[in-house]
Amino acid sequence: MLNRNSMIAVILSLVLLPTLALAQSAEQKGLEIALAAKAFDQGFADFTANMRMTLKSRNGATSTRLIRIKTLEVEADGDRSLSIFDEPADVKGTAMLTFSHGLEPDDQWLYLPALKKVKRISSRNKSGPFMGSTFAFEDLGSQEVEKYTYKFLREEPCGDWQCYVIERKPAYQYSGYTSQTAWLDKKGYRVVKVEYFDRKKALLKTLTASNFQQYLGLYWRPGKMEMVNHLNGKSTTLEWTDYQFKTGLSDRDFRAQALKRLK
Amino acid sequence: MAKKYAEWVIRYKIFIVILSIVVVMMMGFGAQYLTFTNDYRVFFGEDNPQLVAFENLQDTYSKNDNVMFVLVPEDGDVFTNQTLEAVAWLTERSWETPYSSRVESLTNYQHTSAVEDDLLVEDLAFEPGDLSASELARIRDIALNEPVLINRLISPIGHVTGVNITIELPGIDPIVENPEVVEFIRSLREEFRQIYPDIGVKLTGIIMMNQAFPEASQYDMSTLFPLMLLVFVGVLFFWVKGLSGTFATFVIIIFSIVGAMGLAGWFGIALTPPSFAAIMIIPTMAIADSVHVLMNYVLAMQRGEDKHEAMVDSIRINMQPVFLTSVTTAIGFLSMNFSDAPPFRDLGNIVAMGVMVAFALSVTFLPAVMMLLPGKVKVRETTSSQAMGRFAEFVIARRSKLLLGMGLACIVLISFVPKNELNDDFVKYFSEKIEFRRDADFASENLSGLYMIDYSLESGLDGGVSDPGFQKNVEKFADWYLGQPEVINVNVITDTFKRLNRSMHGDDQSWYKLPEERELSAQYLLLYEMSLPYGLDLNNQINIDKSATRMTAMLRNMTTKTVLSLELRAQKWLKDNVPVSMQNAGASPIIMFSNIGERNIKSMLLGTSVALVLISIILIIALKSVKIGLISLIPNLIPAALAFGAWGIAVGQIGLALSIVTGMTLGIVVDDTVHFLSKYLRARREKGLDAQDAVRYAFNTVGLALIVTSVVLIAGFFVLTFSAFQLNSNMALMTGVTIIFAIVADFLLLPPLLMALDGKEQANA
Repeated sequence: MLNRNSMIAVILSLVLLPTLALAQSAEQKGLEIALAAKAFDQGFADFTANMRMTLKSRNGATSTRLIRIKTLEVEADGDRSLSIFDEPADVKGTAMLTFSHGLEPDDQWLYLPALKKVKRISSRNKSGPFMGSTFAFEDLGSQEVEKYTYKFLREEPCGDWQCYVIERKPAYQYSGYTSQTAWLDKKGYRVVKVEYFDRKKALLKTLTASNFQQYLGLYWRPGKMEMVNHLNGKSTTLEWTDYQFKTGLSDRDFRAQALKRLK
Repeated sequence: MAKKYAEWVIRYKIFIVILSIVVVMMMGFGAQYLTFTNDYRVFFGEDNPQLVAFENLQDTYSKNDNVMFVLVPEDGDVFTNQTLEAVAWLTERSWETPYSSRVESLTNYQHTSAVEDDLLVEDLAFEPGDLSASELARIRDIALNEPVLINRLISPIGHVTGVNITIELPGIDPIVENPEVVEFIRSLREEFRQIYPDIGVKLTGIIMMNQAFPEASQYDMSTLFPLMLLVFVGVLFFWVKGLSGTFATFVIIIFSIVGAMGLAGWFGIALTPPSFAAIMIIPTMAIADSVHVLMNYVLAMQRGEDKHEAMVDSIRINMQPVFLTSVTTAIGFLSMNFSDAPPFRDLGNIVAMGVMVAFALSVTFLPAVMMLLPGKVKVRETTSSQAMGRFAEFVIARRSKLLLGMGLACIVLISFVPKNELNDDFVKYFSEKIEFRRDADFASENLSGLYMIDYSLESGLDGGVSDPGFQKNVEKFADWYLGQPEVINVNVITDTFKRLNRSMHGDDQSWYKLPEERELSAQYLLLYEMSLPYGLDLNNQINIDKSATRMTAMLRNMTTKTVLSLELRAQKWLKDNVPVSMQNAGASPIIMFSNIGERNIKSMLLGTSVALVLISIILIIALKSVKIGLISLIPNLIPAALAFGAWGIAVGQIGLALSIVTGMTLGIVVDDTVHFLSKYLRARREKGLDAQDAVRYAFNTVGLALIVTSVVLIAGFFVLTFSAFQLNSNMALMTGVTIIFAIVADFLLLPPLLMALDGKEQANA
């Protein structure tokens, strides 16, 4: 069902976009691109992957974290995701469950094995650094269409591809950013680059994604993401491996009570 | 030879005047490249060990350049709806500050609490306009008991609060970046005052201090510089007796400044308050050469010579001594290149260039332009030279008593030199005329100071900040530190761990202690980090592999000596109590400034010695006498020693500013000796006079000029003592005192010495 819907959306958007572009406002066109990107990725059902996070400080020191990610696609709401920390050793077994919502604060729980307890994180903040990295949780969480307002800026080459360049302004009140500029390639709607602008409207960070691979002949995922913080000179690299789609995960795997039993 | 040269100058006077103007203008074009530095780091050479340590620390954690808004509600209570709303408003707007990376205040402080089984992390005062009286009381209670806030963002009695903005200047174009921040901050303050007129606002922090450097120079430029020129015109007009001479000298002063500052621009020197002081030191140096030339010119005309004859005569007898004194003065200033603080190197180089430009103009432009300007002097015996003659007789008659008396006086005064101790206070670099100084003083008396020391405490293992053993050591060190009388606040990660532990146990105060397991700490930290908003993360306290933590101690405003003794005790404590990996030197701007005085004195000692040797060799060669050259050492060295002795009695503390005075004054005081000795030797050799008559001759020909130049110098440096920059005013005061002692030594000590040591030989020696 999902699959057929999404395919229709993709085809529709591909056919309609160029013709609509003539009569559209920049805002409409921006939104169309965001919707098309969402449609393109719809129907993956679930995926799992391993993430290696390498932090780099201004003076070149590095530090590594290993995290397993499980994501469940949810229709009409944000996705659910589960992060299980394997390294560093002193947080091994810690697991974070996130129900992301569009404009409402996300629901988040953290299981602390040392305390043997699940704690709910009650915070409006999504913009703090994720595990001390240059990524904010906000940057990693699922990108629901309603999280932003959009504006088409231009088309331009991006590496070997042609890209749409769109501006998106966070609709979430407690976002750490005033706006983002995103580069999406015209063929696969892959987000190849994002520039993040902070509250003083200065360029704060740049994300570049590369080594894209297509899974199940449909879903593009980057093998590498790098986030550079221009203000403090720090950077973080994410390397993704072992992507698996449609592994049969369900709601039951994404419950706060289930966190304790994870391996 | 000098005579031929003088005649040549007078023949081509118009050409020389035009050429001088053209050359000075060409040098002056370099002024367009002059810039004002606004970074306190310029005081430190690139390889200064304390600077390197501090830069490393900042690269590991985060920078701590900052701006602090200090808010003073009129009703004396921070915990009201109105004031907290103002704090929240200012906090929100402060995020727009250019290059800001972090904004901390009472309202956005991330308070952790337990709600049932969950951890709640939220702003301490969220939407403070709507808070009830009991909520306000609760916030007050939390804030006044929170070690992270007290004496940092809230005063212990809750009457003053701060909004602290951390700034990461990219350092790509420092000339633009710092003022950009300050401009924004000041306009934000204006806006704040419009909306909240009942709350006083003061500004402090490193960024504001940086800005105070150029502003202090601008203050000096707009107030002291005109005053100084006025004083000089007055002095000149009185002594040189004539509008022409005064005008010509004034032009030379301006040309020397233009030339030297222009050359500084061509060489790419960036201005700082110390190096900018060159603009006020050059005139005092430039004026001396002209005075010598003009006074002999006037004296010759008074004897009945015509203009041309008089000028040729003056150039003939002044060429060598004026050249010599310029070179020795330049060497004295160039000795500042040994200084550890680059601004003083720049000062030395700029003044040295100015001195040489002034010399060149005094023997080209000055005689040429004087021939073009009108000027008549009546033939007469002046009263002042009669006075000089009487003074010479007094010195000659009492020579033995003078030698004994002066010798004794010198010994007594010099015995007070060791009473000086090395000490400085770096906020006091700025006088109270500067707003930053007043605001910083207020902040340090009521809230928190600029005096901080950072320690990077390393566990030696990845994730070691969660290790209970390491945490215990950090806690012990923090406790020890907080117990020191100089310390008002210690910001340390263990307080965060204790707070988290308490919140994880239902806010039970008995759990306000360090977690006992490493995993527990690490997982608390992970949980806490997930809950923090943008810009309030722990990157400023924990390095990326979580192996080390930064502890920041905030100190009362204090002198460098106290800072160094505290750091010494801290290092001893670390050595006695914790593993080697934790034993790192404290680093911070105040540590840097505390060390630079001593480093500078050591390096300047070498510089001054080199200058002394060079100057003595030049004197021996120029005066063609080893004996006279060696005798000259006494009046050259004694003034600085006497000045430090007097300083030891009156003040007793020397710092960065005074470490350069000896080298600098050496070149100046030598001038008096050179002029006196060259006239003395001329009398001995050319006129075959004995020592007594030669002393008489020297007093008559050069005595008055020496008094005039000394008065000019003392007046010039006296004006500079009113500088808004304390380093300059102390330096000027000390230099002025040294010059007074120099003229006393040259008039009362040198002649008796000459008569005692040189008198027994034949006149044709």
